[in-house]
Amino acid sequence: MSGVRVLVGTRKGAFVLSSDERRDRWDISGPHFAGWEIYHMKGSPANPDRIYASQTSGWFGQVMQRSDDGGKTWTTVGNQFAYDGVPGTHQWYDGTPHPWEFARVWHLEPSLSDPDTIYAGVEDAALFKSTDGGQTWSELSGLRTHSTGSTWQPGAGGMCLHTIVLDKNDPQRMYVAISAAGAFRTDDGGTTWKPINRGLKSEFIPDPDAEVGHCVHRIAMHPSRPNVLYMQKHWDVMRTDDAGDNWHEISGNLPTDFGFVVDVHAHEPETIYVVPIKSDSEHFPLDGKLQVYRSRTGGNEWEALTNGLPQRDCYVNVLRDAMAVDSLESCGLYFGTTGGQVYASADGGDSWKAIVHDLPAVLSVEVQTLA
Amino acid sequence: MIVRVVLPAHLRALAKLAGDLHVEVEGAVTQRTVLDAIESRYPMLLGTMRDRATARRRPFIRFFACERDLSHESPDTPLPDAVATGAEPLLVVGAIAGG
Repeated sequence: MSGVRVLVGTRKGAFVLSSDERRDRWDISGPHFAGWEIYHMKGSPANPDRIYASQTSGWFGQVMQRSDDGGKTWTTVGNQFAYDGVPGTHQWYDGTPHPWEFARVWHLEPSLSDPDTIYAGVEDAALFKSTDGGQTWSELSGLRTHSTGSTWQPGAGGMCLHTIVLDKNDPQRMYVAISAAGAFRTDDGGTTWKPINRGLKSEFIPDPDAEVGHCVHRIAMHPSRPNVLYMQKHWDVMRTDDAGDNWHEISGNLPTDFGFVVDVHAHEPETIYVVPIKSDSEHFPLDGKLQVYRSRTGGNEWEALTNGLPQRDCYVNVLRDAMAVDSLESCGLYFGTTGGQVYASADGGDSWKAIVHDLPAVLSVEVQTLA
Repeated sequence: MIVRVVLPAHLRALAKLAGDLHVEVEGAVTQRTVLDAIESRYPMLLGTMRDRATARRRPFIRFFACERDLSHESPDTPLPDAVATGAEPLLVVGAIAGG
């Protein structure tokens, strides 16, 4: 029987939520790594029993975990993330040079074909790769050493590489996003990178359409159309049809275009989802109403999805890695909030139900569709 | 020498330890040699008390023993005799903070 496994990273541990394909009864396991921040967990598309987790703490640093049995048991793997050479400096919040310092792993992206190969996006922004199941990590330093690197600056959460998008049609092509540097693409497997921010406008930098400096919050792709990317920027929802070379705004009738998440329906490449957040200074939904917005037209025309979501007195946030879709016949959506709820929809967003109400603040949500 | 070490709860859980840790240290008993012994026996603790590259104490980790704060001693300074003989533990403490 098919089913889903939802991997939830929170401020105080990891939780694994499992259900059959009906997605109405859930088994909750956890907390795993109780008391630690779990920035992200993600399973290998090539072997769903292989799951990686980023376990981190301001006190004890970075720990990496790996499961080979679908999250039942875990083993620590390598946690040495050493920048290549002398890392140099990037911009600090006040514009002064600041040394590049490793803080934590924000995002893990397992290879689409090899369970032992995985990419890690870290703070301060850099991309690492492991080809031995996470035991050892080496930096793909062509990104950090890009000629613009010294001008990158942190977003409010730190200077993090938080998004990694792989192209299943072209193993040499990959996209990353950094707050607040912007989006970058490699066409040679990570050796060289180019900023892909043309069309973005950010009023908080001296030159609003600069090559870098944009606070990209999330990028999503449908695997059937790898040249089409959707972006939730700090403000503005954006789209590219040429692999990032040019972006245009698709915020359309959204009530606010600030937010963190964006995702694509598993079977409809033009159906996309965002969760509008009031503003960059008020990180909660407009008017206390938690609403997912769906566009079936690839942007610009949006509809509010509210059935089952709180429509009063709701002041949570939905962080950038906290939305995911499954690939069951009726596409399921999941998102987690800083209030500890994980909401699920088994009908493409038409109706929602909380799987859990009272977890610690949710940092990330991923879902595995199990055969 | 067998040195007794008290770890914070999170590190005990990470190392799957039920109680205090006893490690054998050869030669001089210092912060460095004790941490070397701990990390050798429990590699999952690598990087959790001191930086893997620089070996510097992590900022929010403190080392106490015999009612003294040894956090700012050189890692190569001998620990008190009472720690070296196992009479008193070396306390590895997470700095007190909320959250």
